[in-house]
Amino acid sequence: MLDGPSVVAALKECGVTHVVWLPDSELGKWEPALAGPAGLPLIRACREGEAIGIAAGLLLGGKRPIVVVQCTGLFEAGDALRNVVHDLKLPLFLVIGIRSYYLHQQGKTTDSCPVFTEPILRAWQVAYVVLDRGHTAADLAVVYRQAQAEKRPGAVLIAE
Amino acid sequence: MMTHRQALEVLAAHRGDRIVVTTMTAIGVWAELSDSPLDFAYIPSAMGHAPALGLGLALAQPGRGVIVVNGDGCMLMSLGNLVTLAAHPANIYLLIMDNGLYEVTGGQSVAGANRTDFAGIARAAGIARCYCFRTLAEWRAGAAEALHGAGPVAINLKVEGRLGQQTPKAPHPMPEQVARLQGALS
Repeated sequence: MLDGPSVVAALKECGVTHVVWLPDSELGKWEPALAGPAGLPLIRACREGEAIGIAAGLLLGGKRPIVVVQCTGLFEAGDALRNVVHDLKLPLFLVIGIRSYYLHQQGKTTDSCPVFTEPILRAWQVAYVVLDRGHTAADLAVVYRQAQAEKRPGAVLIAE
Repeated sequence: MMTHRQALEVLAAHRGDRIVVTTMTAIGVWAELSDSPLDFAYIPSAMGHAPALGLGLALAQPGRGVIVVNGDGCMLMSLGNLVTLAAHPANIYLLIMDNGLYEVTGGQSVAGANRTDFAGIARAAGIARCYCFRTLAEWRAGAAEALHGAGPVAINLKVEGRLGQQTPKAPHPMPEQVARLQGALS
């Protein structure tokens, strides 16, 4: 289970220094743990492309941020993602909530978010792993560590 | 009014050892005034995101200070940046080069050209230290105060628009710029 306290603990163990975010209703449940006394520096952005820009500056400055957004924000942030990953070649790491993932799997939604999230990440050439209810924060940490070890961008998609 | 070059000459005199992030027209002008590993010519860029990048740098390097030279067109793309800057105090000095034009695309007007009060917007966003300099004399007189002390600071500079500008070229390839900057900060 990907709950706030276990995610924060895993991120800290990975050496993550900052969380730049614009949460959705699922990821937002992590806020008490992220913003609490045992949390991480939490940077609240106004738009998702801006969050990626802030993370780029942190990476250039020697820190290890992650960006936490919903897939709708990923769609908005394409140019920032392209620039940071492919022009600046920084090891950006994203945690992205996929709205309506489970309903889409069951054929019970017309929400187009699950249709486009993975193809868009593939188009931007960002490797990703989907984490569902069966996964834990340890799985998130494995994906993060692998991307960092390979000095490349990466993402986890949180099924919602 | 002042020219872009005149405005940046004043900045060069006060820059110290801070990081300077430039965008669009300022890239070419600044390269004529400075060639430091702490210069970051943000091109190729994600237009509108230089203040965000500068904030990240300023948060990562709190003792250093970051100056971002942004265009008015760039600023209009991400006005929310001003709210974010106010919410996460850091030593970032945001210059908004206000000529009402998209110079490098042929001189088309930006939305709200010559009507937008960028310093007023920044102030309303919660940035306490906001300035507007309309002439070179004003900028020369006020630069020392505006460019020092605790950030964030927003500085609106009224500069002359120039037609016939080309898309600027970075003085160094991006991989080299990234390596130089990271090397200087490590």
